[in-house]
Amino acid sequence: MTFDIFVMQAFNGLSLFTVLVLMALGLAIVFGLMGVINMAHGELMAMGAYTTYATAQLFAKFMPSFMGIYFLVGIVFAFAVTFIFGFLLERGLIRFLYQRPLDTMLATWGLSLVLQQVFRHLFGPKEVGVPTVSWLQGAWQVSGDIQLPLSRIFIVGLTLAVSVAVYLLLFKTRWGLRIRAVTQNRAMSGAAGINTERVDAMSFALGCGLAGIAGSSFTMLASTGPVTGQQYIVDTFIVVVFGGVESLLGTFASAFLIGQMQSTLEYLLSGSMAKATILLLVIVALYFRPNGLFAAKVRR
Amino acid sequence: MLSVSGLNVFYGDSHVVRNVSFELATGETIAIMGRNGMGKTTLLKSLIGLLPARSGRVQLDGNELNRARTYERVAKGMGFVPQGRMIFPYLTVEENILTGMENSIDRTVPGYIYETFPVLLEMKARRGGNLSGGQQQQLAIARAMVTNPKVLILDEPTEGIQPSIIKDIARTLNRLKVERGFSLLVSEQVLSFAMEVADRFLIIEKGEFVYEASKATVDTAKIHAFLTI
Repeated sequence: MTFDIFVMQAFNGLSLFTVLVLMALGLAIVFGLMGVINMAHGELMAMGAYTTYATAQLFAKFMPSFMGIYFLVGIVFAFAVTFIFGFLLERGLIRFLYQRPLDTMLATWGLSLVLQQVFRHLFGPKEVGVPTVSWLQGAWQVSGDIQLPLSRIFIVGLTLAVSVAVYLLLFKTRWGLRIRAVTQNRAMSGAAGINTERVDAMSFALGCGLAGIAGSSFTMLASTGPVTGQQYIVDTFIVVVFGGVESLLGTFASAFLIGQMQSTLEYLLSGSMAKATILLLVIVALYFRPNGLFAAKVRR
Repeated sequence: MLSVSGLNVFYGDSHVVRNVSFELATGETIAIMGRNGMGKTTLLKSLIGLLPARSGRVQLDGNELNRARTYERVAKGMGFVPQGRMIFPYLTVEENILTGMENSIDRTVPGYIYETFPVLLEMKARRGGNLSGGQQQQLAIARAMVTNPKVLILDEPTEGIQPSIIKDIARTLNRLKVERGFSLLVSEQVLSFAMEVADRFLIIEKGEFVYEASKATVDTAKIHAFLTI
């Protein structure tokens, strides 16, 4: 493997990492922090991707001259749509199932099937793609054989910006403190005076909104189909568990590791062997560190 | 101040708190005493709203609390220090205290907290889960104090804490009560601690109050008999 190819592969890994990390940040809040096994998290990503697609269609039809900014608007829409959907989902379904993880899993799995069918109905069974905006077309010619596509550089930047924003929200604001308190001990948070129901709904909605942004950035990498979400949900759970439930830094690091391993191993081995190798490594790692890579050590 | 009448609490079919009534006056301290499994924790949890009461009334300063959620009760003036302290293990000491400040505009820990509990200032950047039992108890009291309670509820504050610190906690509570002006409702099995803080003693057995005494008239031998098997 020459150096050029290595750099290109590493960059491809980075693109996979961006989708994984955005998905996993959302799931880290929903599953890692709140303990809700949301099997529909992948479909929320697909919802974000379809929202971006729909935004592109709207711009193409009504405001073709503004096509240059549709992607930025699409990201905001994707976040807003999935955030609102997540909020309603929590209020209408999830909150009744907090003490019943198995029921939550079944209910959200059912929901994921329903959503897939809705996508099929609305957007058709074929995969849809979005046009790349003009200023993201082309590539950055680093040297003779190394070319890094601009669209991917953009989503790497987007991922970093979103990650920093999530970090600041969780660790530097009053909302973040509420979310962290409620996720550690819901009953005690109420007894300390925190409105736990509002916090639950907002945290869940935030996690879903992040999946929506992941969907937006996914449209830059591949085309979206009704079952797109399904392909990512298992990987995302692995990232969250491997990184250490309740640790955002761990989620970040583990998404990076798994994204890189996936793309490098896929180049060296076949696709399914790459996946098998990663799963094996994760199993071995979890055997020695059952709480994940970055589990905090405290008396509980 | 706090008025409870005809309170009944169930766990499923088992009737744990039976028709309990009492009045807590302004500035008064009541110690609810009894052996394990007699309903102390259930009674206190139901007062703060962590367990639903099947019937009865709870009033604070004339406000009905029967249907209020836990955080609403805190906003109306109930402070709660649970059994086992329930510190947020991954939050720092300072963040733990700040969780109690939902209803205040101020976002910094008030000075009297660190004056009362200097050890919390020293440890303010540590994770709550890494504190010792005694330090966690002080932290749990601090977290309840910053809600500015009219009634502070403590559930077995001496459990799992070394004897020298138990004395400190009693002294601190007595001082805070005078300085901050709240009433205290404490459940306890350690008689010496209860004697230091309480004005009145209520003995609970099988979910009912079976004996009441004020500090002046208390017969410690009799209370002791209720606490031992």
